Formats: sequence, C-alpha cells, structure tokens
Amino acid sequence: MIRTLFRSRSRKIYDFHGGIHPPERKDLSNGTAIAAGPLPSQLILPLNMHIGAPAKPLVEPGERVLKGQMIAEPSGAVSAAIHAPTSGTVSAIGPRAIQHPSGMDAICIVIDTDGKDEWIERAGVADYTELSPGELVDTIRHAGIAGMGGAGFPTSIKVNLGDHQRVEELVINAVECEPYITADDRLMRERAAEIIAGIHILQYLLNPRRTLIGIEDNKPDAISAIKRACKGCDIEVRVVPTKYPSGGEKQLIQLLTGKEVKSGQLPAQVGVVCQNVGTAYAIKRAVIDGEPLLSRVTTLTGEGVRQPGNFEVLLGTPIRDLLVHGGVDPDNIGRLVMGGPMMGFTLHNPAVPVVKTTNCIIAATLEELPEPPPEQPCIRCGSCADVCPANLLPQQLYWHAKNDDLEKAQHHNLMDCIECGACAYVCPSHIPLVQYYRYAKAEVRQQAADQVKADKARQRFEARQARIDAEKAEKEARRQARLEANRKKKTETASAPTVDTAALKQASLEASKAYKAAVKAAKAAEADNADNLDALKADVDRLKAIADKAKAAVRDAKEAGPAAAPAEDIVGKLKKQVGDASSAYKTAVKAAKDAEANGDDNAAELRAKADELKAAADKLKAELRDAKANAPATPATAPQVDPVADLKKQVGDVSSAYKAAVKAAKEAEENGADNAAELRSQADELKAKADQLKADLRDAKANAPATPAPAPAAAPADPLADLKKKVGEVSSAYKAAVKAAKEADENGADNAAELCAEADRLKAEADHWKAELREAKASAPAPAAPKTPPAPTDTPKAPETEAPQALTAVDPEVAAKRQKRLKALKTAYNMAHKQYKEAHAALERGERNGDIPAEELNAMQQKVDKLKGKADVARDALDALVEEAKADIRAHTGKDLKTLKLEAARAESALADKQRELEQQRDSASEDTLEALSSELQALEAEAQIARKALKQAVEEQGLQD
Amino acid sequence: MTAVLIAVAALLALAAVFGAVLGFASEKFKVEGDPIVDQIDSLLPQTQCGQCGHPGCRPYAEAIAEGEEHNRCPPGGQDTVDALTDLLGRDELTLDDEGAEDADIPKVAYIREDECIGCTKCIQACPVDAIVGAAKLMHTVIVDECTGCDLCVEPCPVDCIDMVEVQPTLQTWGWNRPAGIGQRPDSRIEVVNL
Repeated sequence: MIRTLFRSRSRKIYDFHGGIHPPERKDLSNGTAIAAGPLPSQLILPLNMHIGAPAKPLVEPGERVLKGQMIAEPSGAVSAAIHAPTSGTVSAIGPRAIQHPSGMDAICIVIDTDGKDEWIERAGVADYTELSPGELVDTIRHAGIAGMGGAGFPTSIKVNLGDHQRVEELVINAVECEPYITADDRLMRERAAEIIAGIHILQYLLNPRRTLIGIEDNKPDAISAIKRACKGCDIEVRVVPTKYPSGGEKQLIQLLTGKEVKSGQLPAQVGVVCQNVGTAYAIKRAVIDGEPLLSRVTTLTGEGVRQPGNFEVLLGTPIRDLLVHGGVDPDNIGRLVMGGPMMGFTLHNPAVPVVKTTNCIIAATLEELPEPPPEQPCIRCGSCADVCPANLLPQQLYWHAKNDDLEKAQHHNLMDCIECGACAYVCPSHIPLVQYYRYAKAEVRQQAADQVKADKARQRFEARQARIDAEKAEKEARRQARLEANRKKKTETASAPTVDTAALKQASLEASKAYKAAVKAAKAAEADNADNLDALKADVDRLKAIADKAKAAVRDAKEAGPAAAPAEDIVGKLKKQVGDASSAYKTAVKAAKDAEANGDDNAAELRAKADELKAAADKLKAELRDAKANAPATPATAPQVDPVADLKKQVGDVSSAYKAAVKAAKEAEENGADNAAELRSQADELKAKADQLKADLRDAKANAPATPAPAPAAAPADPLADLKKKVGEVSSAYKAAVKAAKEADENGADNAAELCAEADRLKAEADHWKAELREAKASAPAPAAPKTPPAPTDTPKAPETEAPQALTAVDPEVAAKRQKRLKALKTAYNMAHKQYKEAHAALERGERNGDIPAEELNAMQQKVDKLKGKADVARDALDALVEEAKADIRAHTGKDLKTLKLEAARAESALADKQRELEQQRDSASEDTLEALSSELQALEAEAQIARKALKQAVEEQGLQD
Repeated sequence: MTAVLIAVAALLALAAVFGAVLGFASEKFKVEGDPIVDQIDSLLPQTQCGQCGHPGCRPYAEAIAEGEEHNRCPPGGQDTVDALTDLLGRDELTLDDEGAEDADIPKVAYIREDECIGCTKCIQACPVDAIVGAAKLMHTVIVDECTGCDLCVEPCPVDCIDMVEVQPTLQTWGWNRPAGIGQRPDSRIEVVNL
C-alpha cells in the first residue's frame, strides 16, 4: 500500500506556472518517415555551431577530406569538434552567412563534395562499459556532440560533472513542445532502441538515481515506441500534458521532479541533468558505431512545402538545397523560419547552412505566418503575467526595457526570462515583448562588458600612472644628487674667482669694436647707396646685441665679484677708460669721414679732434699696459680655469665679429662698394688671429695633463675642447674671409685694405688671448697621478724608415698605399707622442716629489728624451707624407688643395646667391625671367657639384680627410 | 537649585563621555580617501581620454566631487551624466559634448602598420599602455585594451593612426530595440489559428 502510494507519488506530474496552447501543426510533417537529406555540391560548416569557443580548423583549403574526418578540433574547455559530413575537398575557410538572427558572417569551412561519400575508418565500441567515463567523455567531445534541442551546449561538459556532484535525476527531454516540429517525434518512433542505448551510456556516465523521459501526450506513437524499447530497464517514461513551453529545461525539470531551478542556478545544482533525446541518439552513434555527429534530423514543414517531412540532413547543407530537396521554390516563400515559430527567427538568406541545433525549417505561406500587426500601446491586461512560465512580470519588464531602465528591469529578474514568446503570443496589443527583453538583455550584457573593460582600463591607467610617477621620482632623486654634487664642488672652488672681470671687459670691448666697425661699414655703404644696406644694418643690430650682452656680462661680473683684487680693479678701470677713449676716437673719426664725404667745412677740425682723442687713447693704453705688468700675480688656482675660458670666449667673439665682417665684405663686393678691400683686409686679420688661436690651442692641448686632473683642474678639459671648436670656426670663417678678400681684390674693390686692417686687429686680439692661454697652461699644476707610473718600455718603431716617394701621377694603387702609410704614421706618431707625454709627466712628478733616487731620475730623463726624439721623428715623417700628398694633388689636378677648396666654396656661394635671387624674384618677375634664372641655377648647381666632387676626390685620394 | 545643578552636571558628564567616544571613533574608524570619488570614478567610462579637461577619469571624478559640473564626459554619453545626477543629487544636466555627434560611438585606434615609422610617440601618449612596439619598429594597438580615447592620433608624425568604429561581432551583437508603437515588429513571428 505504502509502496503503491510512494510509486504513485513519485510518478506524479507536477505543473509549472503559465504556458499557452498555440496551434500545433505537427500533423503536417509527422506522417512520413525520416528521409535522407540532399547531398549538396557544397557544405558550409561554421566553426561555431555550438555555444562556446569556435573550433580550430585542422584542414587547409584544397585538402581532401573523408566522411567522418575531424576537420576542426575543440579549442578550450567549452567547445566541440567538427567533422566532414561527407567526402570531398575543402575549398575555402572563410566568412559565410550563418544561422544567426543578425545575418552576420562567420568563419566557415567549405567542403566541395565529391559524391563518393567515402568513410574514414570507424572505431565503434560495442560494449561501452569497457571504457572509463573519462574516455567516454573524450569520445563524446571529439565526436562533436552538442545539445541537439536547440541551445547547442557541448554535451561533454554536461556529462562530466565531477565527483562532488551527485545526479539524482537524469531527464531526457522528448517533449518537443513547439508547434510544427516533429523531428524528435519521428526519431523516437523509428529509432527508439538506439535512443535507449544512448540513454544507457548517459546513465553509465552520470549514474543517476532515476532516469525520466518526458514526452508530451500529443505523440502517442512515440510514447508507445519508447515504452516498448525501454521495457525491462530502469527508465521511466513520463507523459506530460501538451502545453507550451513544457520543453523548456527548467519547466520540464519542474514538471517531472517538482524541483525548481532557482534564478541563476544550473540544473546540476539541484541534482538534475537534462539531455535532449536527439543528443542521446547522437551519443549512441558516436560511442557504439564510432560515427561522429555528421547529420541531424530536421523537420522541413510549413504550408509552402509540397512534401513536408523529416530529413536526415548533413550538417552544413545550405537551407536552399534542403528546400529544393523538399520541393520548395526557395525564391518564392512567404516566410522562412529557422527553428519553431515561437522561438525561431526569420531567415532572410536561404544560403545559410543547417547546423547541429537546426531542428526545424518552416517555409510558410503568408496566410499561415502573416506579417505581424503594428504594435499597440499596452493596455495592462495582465495576460502576459498569466502565461509567463518563469513567473515574471512581463508587463513591468516591458516598461523598464522600453525606457532603458535596465537596473529596474534586472530587479524584475529580466535575466530569468527564457524568451519563450508566450507573453507576446497572448498580447492583445501585439507588442513584440520578447524582442524588448532580448534588447534589454543585450544592453545589460553590453554594460557588464563595458564595466569589465572600464575596470581593466582603470587598472592599466593606474599602473601606468604609478610607473610614470616612479620614473619621475627617480629622475628627481638623480637630479638632486647631481645638484648636491655640484654644490659641493662649488664650495670647494669658491676661493677661486669664478669670473674674470677683466677678461669679460676685454670681450665687451671687442664686441663693441666689432659693432662699431660694422656701423662704419654700414655708413659707408649708405654713402655709396649700396643695395645691401638692409643686410648690413641687420648685421649691425646683431653685433650691437652681442656687444650689449658682453657689457651686461661685465656688469654682472662686477656686481658678483666685489672681492676681486684691487689691482684687477685698477686694470679694469683703465681698460674701461681705454675703451671709452678709443670708442670716442672712433666716433670722431667716423664723424670726420662723414664730414669729408659730404664735403663739409669742418672736416679738418673734426680730424684734428680725432687725432687728439687718439693720442689720449694711446696714453691710456700705455698706462693700462703698465698697470697690468705691475698687477700682482693672480692666485695660482685662478688662471687654471679662467684664461682658458676667457680665451674660449674671446675666440667666440672674434669669430662672430669676423663672420659679420666677412658677410659685410661679401655684400660690399657684390655691390661694388668701395670698402670691399677694407673688409677684405679685416678678414685677413681675422684669419691670422684664428691661426694663432689654433696654435695656442695646440699648445694648450700638448700641455694639458695626460692623466685625469683633480677636481679644480678638471675644468680645462672642457674649455680646451670648446677652444678647439672655436678655433675651427674661426679658421673656417677666416678662409671665407680670405675668399671674400680675394674676390674683392679681383674685382678691384676698394675696401680690401679695410678688411685687411680689421683682420690685423683681430689677429692682435687673438695674440693677446693666446698669451693668456699659454700663461694659464704654464701655471696649471701638474696632475696628481700614481707615484710610479709604469713608464712605457718598448715604443713602437716609428715608421720613419718608409721614406715617402715622390709621385708624378696618381696611381690608385700608389694612392691607396700612401693612404695606408699615412694612417700608420699617424697612429705611430700619436702613440709616440702619448708615451712621451706620459714619461714626461712621470719625470716631472718624480722631480717634484723628490722621493726618487737620482739615478732613477736620470734614467727617466733619458727615456723621456728618447721618446721625444721618436715622437719628433714620427711627426716629421708624417708631415713629409702629408706634404707629398699635397704636392701630388697639385701635380694631378694642376691646382693645389687650397685652390680646389676655394673653387668649391666659390661655386657653393654662387649657387646660394642665385637661389636667393630666384626666391626674391619668384613673386615679382615674369615667367621668362624665372625660367632663365632657374636654368642658371641648374648650371651653377652642376658646377658646384663638380667642384665639390673634385675636392672630395683629391682629398680622398690622398687620405687627407682629416 | 541643587536639582538644577545636578541635572546640568549630569548632562555635562554625558556630553563629555559621548564626545570622547565620538572623538575616539572618528579617529579609530577614519575613512581614508574620499569614497564619493570612488563612486563617481566607477561610473565614468575609464577611457582616460581627457576630453573633460582632466588627465584621466579619476582626476575628473575628484573634480566632480569638488563641485565641477558632471556633464563633461562625451564617451560616457548622457547615460553617464544621468547616473552621476542620480548619485550626486544635483540638477539634471545635458551632455556637454560641443556638438560632437559621434562622441559616444565606441572606437578603437588602428595603426596602418606599413606607414608606421616606429617613433614611439603614440606609445607615450596612450593612457592605458594599449600600444606595443619599440623605437624604429612597427607599433600596433592591442584592440581589447584600447579605450578609443583618441590621444594617440595627434602625436603621430606620419598620421598613420585611424580611429575605427568598433564593429559588432557575433559575440557582442544584440537585438535592436523594437521600433515602437505603431510599427510592425519584423522580428515577431505571428502564430495564428487558421
């Protein structure tokens, strides 16, 4: 009795809330047996026929595949394999339209079938119990089985639950509640035994306490077939009343077990696993027959189909082929639906393929599935809430979804909606409720994805910010450390005056002189109505700025260094007086000149005044000289640094003055100004000065300590380098000046003499600074170094024996040889010189320290002498070779190196001038003129190139680049 | 009179005790940072684009907390403005996007790699380190990390960076919102009894 009670209780069919009874229309297609589908010429297999990660293709286009061959393997945990449904050739792997309501493309493997239907070797297992559950799961995974009911969740995941989860009930879903669809019905009627075999495999895998098959009572034939097939085994067949959507997973579980799967839960969490009957069939085929999932039973139905029925369709078969196979004109369908009419979607493109989840294709007439009527306002009738199988409030969800109030929609459990369409079916206002929910769900998912992305971006931003801050802090710390070090250094050298006021004054004076010269040139040009007045004036302005700067520097220095020795002050004062006097004199001279030019009467008077001023200036100069001579020697530490720096500065000033002069001269020449000769002489002067500076620099370098100097003496290294640079600048400027002067000469310009004079003045200045530099060098202390530096014992043999041979013609071989020799000689000389210097320094140290015995000192002295001799010999050899090379160039080209250089420079400057002219006239001149100019320009360019090339060749040939 | 004094004394004693407790609690359970800034920051889209005039979303969140208007985030769109209005209880504002129609259309940077000269300028400009590459080597954008902030476009000396609209994929595609009352919803399948 109790047993019967229990039994009847356990067999009880529960109910779920809501549900509808739409017209079933199953009799359209359930009357005929499952027929074979078409064998289309092309199969399209999307890589993502299932839920989860797309499969990874294993084949290449052009590869021949056999039926059942795996063509894409599962990638990741939630994925399923894909197999070739028939034999053929892979023709493409690329985007094709797929079964998706968006109508978007996805990557598919396209197989051109060959009609042979050639199988790959199959390995079925008659007794699956021989396999372990793990092996079985693997078999299912590699057979590509995914939920056949419609969702397409990979079955291997669902049957592999792990040990901690006890399965109470295995529910086989054979309800097939949607209208039209009869695929499972026919499958059960015809292949019940195979389905039961599949269920046994599932039982073996999941070991459930009970196994329930739920079938709707509108399929009596299927019920009896299944009941017959499972006679004698522990599978219970439960007949459920026809109601949509009984086939929903959660609804069926509730119907059969009374268990409610809560919001957000999975069925497995209440101890239930639900599998579709079609999946069970596929599992049987995969495990026992060794046939992977290659085809499925699909219902082709609808009023538009001549012979509706079920077909075993190869996966990847285009819907179009299936329609043609079923006697439908694919281009004349009222409405083509994939899936059932409740949850399916309208297909707009019949080229999409049948996939693992395609259970039904409806080719309906427009009377059958008409155009939906327009949406009307909600009348709040509440019918939707009555039919909702998920116990939701569709009306509320509708309002919130419509107003984009996603938060409230979620509060009303939007995400639990199963999109069954029952609410839309009953809605008297024809509101597409499901679409609203789908839209809202998509928005919610999008927002969640955005939030995840935003969090990631925030993390990355913060990490980057932290990194940048750390880098900044590190930099700042380094900067502070450097600053600290500098401050320390400064305090150490604070005793030495940092600025030589006198030198600054001198610089200022030079600058103002240059400025005045330029003013004069400008004036002269003005008097001659020269064209380049503007350029000259610009020069004047520039020089004035330099002079002002120099003056400002002097002022600053005076303010900063009140502690300077009084003697220096006197000198400075005198210097200033001299400067003032000389400038007064110059102004007077200028005035006199102007007056003379204008033919004024007072010219003679002005001249006399100028003479007077000159005498005064001379006197002051003499005084200054005396004062300088009498001035106490500055502390030894000072000149170490300052003269070099001063020299540098002077060189800079001189070079800038020289450049200005050169420019002025050039322009004057071009304009045929009278003062070209004068300017040229100035340039000459500058050149001489530059030469001297160069010589100075060389000396300074020679005397520079070979070993690293202690902190206070460290400075000269840089000034020396700078000095060298300056000398380079000055010399190049000088060369240009020489060129200008030469040109002026050739043109018979009058200002050549003036140029010469200016150059002389600059030379004198350079001499002065040279002397100072020498002094500084002499007073620089010998560098501290290890007590007994290892004196070089064997010096490389200077290759002076390789006597240079006179060359009459340039033979490339000879030239190459000479180049090599030149290089060798240079290296030898450098080495010899270095050794000599080292030895010399060691000797000096020894002498100063006095802690080395006399004999040793003598030996060292001898060594130094020897090394010096060697270095000298090497130097001589090198010089001889260079001379030879130069002579060779002359012999070869008929010109000497200097001429070549000059030619090249002249061509360049002519080119530049022409370019400027063209630029100026571009706007104003006529087209013909422009053309002529541009052709001239081209010719000049060619010339310049030739000159440049000749020079380069000559230099390179002889290895004289440096 | 004594009763009054006792009452006053009692109240004073209570005040002192509670004051001490509150003072201790305020020190002990002190909240570091400004939680409202975190809340604002979590509503901002984190594109770090600087269109609000601040160097990143967090600085803007801080500025909003200090009273700046909360409608200056074009990538967030009106939704963000509304969310901030709700959070802060301020007056409703409309988005101040200076007429930029497409400000809240998601975009990502795309480097035309053939034209990239490898100057690393865009790498330095990217606020979320979403560009990889090295000097003199081609750069490329990590699309998943790109916030579409636009900041890399301007520094590129060869103009090889485009802002490309993010195309929906099958994973990100979602159903459209129905056209509304009076329209035929084409996605609905009308099942009728014949």
